[in-house]
Amino acid sequence: MSASTDSARSSGRPGVLPWLAVPALVFFVGFALIPLVGVLVLSFTTWDGIGAIHPSGLTSWRAVLSHPGLPHAVLVTFGVMAASWVVQTPLSILLGTFLAGRQRYRAVLSLVYFVPLLLSSAAIAVAYKALLDPNFGLGAGLGFEWLSKDWLGRPWLAFGVVVFVVSWQFIPFHSLIYQGGVQQIPQSLYEAAQLDGAGRVRQFFSITLPQLRYTVITSSTLMVVGSLTFFDLIFVLTEGGPGDATRVLALDMYKRGFQANLMGPASAIAVILVLVGLGLALLLRRLGGRDAGQSQLEGI
Amino acid sequence: MAVPLSRRTLLGLAAGLPVSAALTACGTSGPGKSGGGGGKATYWYLSGQPQEDVRTGAVERYNEANPKGRITPTTFQNDAYKTKIKTAIGAGQAPTIIWGWGGGTLRSYVEAGQVEDLTSWFDENAEIKKRLFPSSFGAATVDGKIYAMPCETVEPVVLFYNKKVFDQVGVEPPESWDDIMALVPKFNAKGIAPFSLGGQSRWTNMMWLEFLFDRIGGPEVFQAVFDGEKDAWSHPAAIEALTKVQELVKADGFIKGFSSITADSNADQALLHTGKAAMMLHGTWTYGIQQADGGDFVSSGGLGFMNFPTVEGGKGDPGNTVGNPAQYLSISSKADAEQKKIAKDFFATGVLADEEVKEWIDNGSVPIVQGTEKLLAQSESAEFLQFTYDIASNAKSFGQSWDQALSPTAAETLLDNIVKLFQLAVSPRQFADNLNAVIGK
Repeated sequence: MSASTDSARSSGRPGVLPWLAVPALVFFVGFALIPLVGVLVLSFTTWDGIGAIHPSGLTSWRAVLSHPGLPHAVLVTFGVMAASWVVQTPLSILLGTFLAGRQRYRAVLSLVYFVPLLLSSAAIAVAYKALLDPNFGLGAGLGFEWLSKDWLGRPWLAFGVVVFVVSWQFIPFHSLIYQGGVQQIPQSLYEAAQLDGAGRVRQFFSITLPQLRYTVITSSTLMVVGSLTFFDLIFVLTEGGPGDATRVLALDMYKRGFQANLMGPASAIAVILVLVGLGLALLLRRLGGRDAGQSQLEGI
Repeated sequence: MAVPLSRRTLLGLAAGLPVSAALTACGTSGPGKSGGGGGKATYWYLSGQPQEDVRTGAVERYNEANPKGRITPTTFQNDAYKTKIKTAIGAGQAPTIIWGWGGGTLRSYVEAGQVEDLTSWFDENAEIKKRLFPSSFGAATVDGKIYAMPCETVEPVVLFYNKKVFDQVGVEPPESWDDIMALVPKFNAKGIAPFSLGGQSRWTNMMWLEFLFDRIGGPEVFQAVFDGEKDAWSHPAAIEALTKVQELVKADGFIKGFSSITADSNADQALLHTGKAAMMLHGTWTYGIQQADGGDFVSSGGLGFMNFPTVEGGKGDPGNTVGNPAQYLSISSKADAEQKKIAKDFFATGVLADEEVKEWIDNGSVPIVQGTEKLLAQSESAEFLQFTYDIASNAKSFGQSWDQALSPTAAETLLDNIVKLFQLAVSPRQFADNLNAVIGK
């Protein structure tokens, strides 16, 4: 409805709308496209970040692709991506649906749930690191033996902690998206279902979930592509450790570039990251169906 | 409200923004754009007390004495600085005076032609060179030429122990590796960790290998790695040292959860002065931390210290040590003539002037200036300072920290593999193979 008025207005004054895109375009070119080209060029060079840049053909790519650390980093990256999606999506949908209710206490709760989103990743990581310290952390302080585990010192535990903290941080954001999505669903659908005798659970699975289809795709795209760039949180929390148990691609890129002074291979990893991210975003759009632009509300 | 405030503070901590008021330095006098007059020199160094005050004090005194050629200081947090200075130098935006650790990182600056050759300056000013510990010039020298002025303090790594815990368990400090291995079950039986270790910081684990390599095979073993000899990590003494450290890990020699403890948070220090751990291998700079954080731990004589024990049948001299022979100041080759002149003048008259020497000693550290025995003896921490001074001046070999001695590329692989070694995720052989692959890189 609002879309049609928009197009009517813009057709009345042709030539104005494209100009509105210019600031965004300038930023996109300046901060995304140009650096991207730079990284692509750098990936075909040898550079220690200090001296001169030497073109070296495929040396960096060969070094990256033959390094045993790459498959492991890819595995960890996709592991974090999958695990955090599996944890976040159901919880966010449920929370979002719950918060979509108009009751006053729910509005208050949604404010509380929103707090983690206000904190920076670095702050969250520092806080969790202190809480999980095996000798001086929460477990030791409260005297709970089960809590004073070596949370960040064992590969699987550390992986679990990363997924947990990521979920803790981002579930509020995705709940917000779902809350909006649920509130868009016409009340008439629920009224009709109630008349037909559908209970709450049935309503959730037959109306809410199907209606949220595109919201799920939006939120999943953000989760999946966003998880490729988890860096700050993991960097502060575990530094990719113990060993390389939580070393995701983004961290691998940083370590090679800025700690080992290998800008060429680091750029190659950056290019891989971009390609994987674009590929995943495209894939998710496909999964959403070709008719993603169409309305779900036909006939209402 | 509380949330944004804590967020900003923590962000500042994490991102290591320039802490000093000298943010303006970035804008006013970037190197290479000297323009008309002014020509102020810039100087970047590490924040963190008590060292920061001494560094800043030296600059302030110099600026007061030289109103025409002033130096603008900017401070950074340790880990953030390592990245920042590298990026700045690569981008041609280096400060006039570059603070550093010498060794492999300095070599990478030299190879890129980014720092001044100071050899002839030291020849002309022989009295400056003579005043400093000769051992401090090793890490400032690349291919026979001096590229940095040694400064500040000498920081060997020593074995600290908690005397109260030793009394409580009724045992004596170890004199050999066998003693260490015999002490481990005794402390564990009492629920005290034998050794504190901040394993997530990686270089903390490295100190163990530095000493074991030296005690078992002598300084030649690592020298071969440094010189780029093929398969140097597979030396029998190296394999023995790697095996020994894994034996200690397997015997629960280190505190539970050491892989997730960082040195930055001083949690490893707290384990020692709270008596949760009996011993700790660490640099002498941590004496000040024990003093500051441990309540009356140091003043009541609870902190013991000794050089690393011998290893049975080892070839290395028991007097040898490892650590930081000094800190280093280089001059950016991109600075203009006036800035370079100010920097050299600062080196000659400002760095390690008498006042600064006194301040370092008050902080419980030994400046790299010769003939300070009297001053050391007058200090509150006289016993510890004399101990540090003796180790530094009597050591036949003072090995530089490996991660500073090697190139950043090789150091990163080394640190990665050290963590895996301590987690028992790689065998000594695999460790040697992984590192042989990056020798000379």
